[in-house]
Amino acid sequence: MSNVTNILVAGVGGQGVMTATEILAEAAISLGHDVKKTEVAGMSQRGGVVTSHLRFGLKVLSPKIAPGEADIIVGFESAEALRWSHYLKQGGIVLMNTARLEPPVVSGGLYSYPCDPAAQIRASCIEVIAFDAMAIAKQLGDLRLGNSVMLGAIADYLPFPAEVLLESILGRFKARKPEMVELNRRAFTAGRDTIANLVPAEA
Amino acid sequence: MAGIQAVAAPARMLLSGNEAIARGVWESGVRVASAYPGTPATEMLENLSHYPDLYAEWSVNEKVALEVAIGASIAGSRSFCAMKHVGLNVAADALMTLTLTGAAGGLVIAVADDVGLSSSQNEQDSRYWGRFAHLPLMEPADSQEAYDMVATAYAVSEQFQVPVILRLTTRICHVKAMVSVGKRVPHDSAGFVKNPRRWVMTPGFARDRIALMFEREEQLRAAAEKSPLNFIAAGRDRRVGYIASGPAWMHVQEAFPGAPALKLGFSYPAPIGKIRAFARTVDQLLVVEELEPLLENEIKAAGIACHGKDLLPRQGELPPEVLRPAVARLLGEVPPGTPATARLEPAQVFPRPPTLCGGCPHLGIYYTVARIPNTIVAGDIGCYTLGSGHPWNALDAVVCMGASMGMALGLDKGRAETDKGKKILAVIGDSTFMHMGMQGLLDITYNRGNVTILLLDNRTVGMTGGQDNPGTGRNLYGTPAPKVDFVKICEALGVRPERIRKVDPYQLPVLFKALREETLIAEPSVIITDRPCVLIGEFKRQPSYRVDPDKCSGCGGCVDIGCPAISVVRREKVARRTGKEATLEFAAIETAACTGCGLCLSPCAPKAIVVATPVQAINFVKS
Repeated sequence: MSNVTNILVAGVGGQGVMTATEILAEAAISLGHDVKKTEVAGMSQRGGVVTSHLRFGLKVLSPKIAPGEADIIVGFESAEALRWSHYLKQGGIVLMNTARLEPPVVSGGLYSYPCDPAAQIRASCIEVIAFDAMAIAKQLGDLRLGNSVMLGAIADYLPFPAEVLLESILGRFKARKPEMVELNRRAFTAGRDTIANLVPAEA
Repeated sequence: MAGIQAVAAPARMLLSGNEAIARGVWESGVRVASAYPGTPATEMLENLSHYPDLYAEWSVNEKVALEVAIGASIAGSRSFCAMKHVGLNVAADALMTLTLTGAAGGLVIAVADDVGLSSSQNEQDSRYWGRFAHLPLMEPADSQEAYDMVATAYAVSEQFQVPVILRLTTRICHVKAMVSVGKRVPHDSAGFVKNPRRWVMTPGFARDRIALMFEREEQLRAAAEKSPLNFIAAGRDRRVGYIASGPAWMHVQEAFPGAPALKLGFSYPAPIGKIRAFARTVDQLLVVEELEPLLENEIKAAGIACHGKDLLPRQGELPPEVLRPAVARLLGEVPPGTPATARLEPAQVFPRPPTLCGGCPHLGIYYTVARIPNTIVAGDIGCYTLGSGHPWNALDAVVCMGASMGMALGLDKGRAETDKGKKILAVIGDSTFMHMGMQGLLDITYNRGNVTILLLDNRTVGMTGGQDNPGTGRNLYGTPAPKVDFVKICEALGVRPERIRKVDPYQLPVLFKALREETLIAEPSVIITDRPCVLIGEFKRQPSYRVDPDKCSGCGGCVDIGCPAISVVRREKVARRTGKEATLEFAAIETAACTGCGLCLSPCAPKAIVVATPVQAINFVKS
């Protein structure tokens, strides 16, 4: 279905992958899209792989994105962006956090972590935008802002205005933690600006 | 979640299948709902606890949950019972006679199969239960259908006085989709009507009910033939016609938009008449059903030619990328690659299996168990199943909930002469122990088994996301409930008081000593640990630690704990005095992920682990 936008968000349990996708879904709903969202996260908080599939458009049938059909892959973690990169369609884009989270099997020496996941994805002629979202979040004073930084980073690659996504983030915090609204606005803007500054340099 | 009822009905909302079903159950005027937590079914009852005007409970296991629902139905009230696929195995005893009594108040049993095994020990097909128990079975394909089907299921349940199985899969339960919801229609209880011929299943009374059960099945088949839940989506490309149910329906629609397809929502008893009529309109028939070829076999038995598992896998989901090449083969076409794919082959990346959390109270248990020589360890179902993984490799057998007990006894009684010196251990969690482990312990004490039991009470059902149970002192609503005393239970089940020990799982030397002692004593003993799961509110974080790199000698002692907050930053090969080569592992602690449990302190030979200066910490507990 060509009228459907497919966004695959990938990361590690505990990173906020599911929340980020939920916020993207809310933004799409606010514009009247039909939406389906599914994840593979059996033991999501146990440090395992988490992927969240978001599909929106006029009418969404299967909730699952097929390999080769994702318009955007949002990688919350470097190796996870690489792991799912074959889900990207031709002409799609990978936006990824350069953070590396080594699981115990890597740290314990059973497997090795890829040297440069972003470069490895680029080698398949895929457009990759990689940046350190956690560093930005840390600078703003709270690692949990990483989620809003990531959403800010993809905001200008969506088929709807960035402001719609921002509203959907802030709407969440207005209801639950009003004191966090301003910080998240700054995180979103920081993510968005970082990408805007990165892209011309790479082109 | 609390916001669900606040939304003015009718409204359109983004709901998971589980949330949609909870909404449908509430709207249907259900009075009693019960479940034992289990992925992917857990959130149905969690959500129901947010709705007013009904009673919802965590039951101790699925069999009890179903019995509660049966009782409420006999009382004349609408009742609801939810469980994961393996839960219905536990409840099967009740189910197989419930089909004889039938239901008074509408009774719907939601059973969620874990197709693809996201968090289960097997991948069984619960549609068999409809056939085995001669019960009607409905299969939604998304959240909206799940919501709608609940109302239909209650109507069918009361019209035919029969419990209805609502068969779900992970791809229904955990997919969020748009749902138009309605309003609650109260449904008053009809009241209990004394009728032993109906409700007391002695052989004499049951015999009469068996004939009625078969009669009912034929009436249900006629109802399925007419049901709007079984409908045809017209299509022009008649080379292949599809029959699909559950999430496979959406995948068929996605993969073959131009093809005629018959959707089976009321899939058992299968509407063979409708299927036969549909088959006549297409060149070839392909049955697209996840897991077992149940519809396929019934369709073939009715003399209708079809394809199915000759082309499609019997395991896992059937998404478009599986369906398209299979159908291309059927049509003799070149199987489509994924032409739009940017990268054809998946990248080779290390596995990232789920693991125990930083500071998890189970870490020290498995660190210790792995260091007790000459053991056979029977494990159980829960977070602590992860003890089978790296670096502990501490479990030797895991089958189903409560099985650690019986298996340990069998390992003891069935041991070979060569295994005579082996120590038999069983590891079980608090909720699993109450679910199905207590009977096994009774069997161990009754039959004088030589087993050491580790009862890991982390004060929650951890793996499913932290649900309450009789050991937490709270019920489904989070309100105070009588709290089980595990020491007293073990005593009552026949373990001698001297052989029951409570140990702090963070005190490694104490834990090691207790395990050594108890495994050397040839009688049942229970070691109970009771520190809370790090993901629940009761867990109190301590100041984080860090590794002083100047002091770290690379001994690797802390790495063996298996804490995900500890990582190796550098490896060095060195020659020992003996001439053997050894690898030094210099470690670091991710301070933000460290909960300050202190487990890594005692294995650190050079005492290089020190309290970190205050840094910002990631809080695992959901606020």
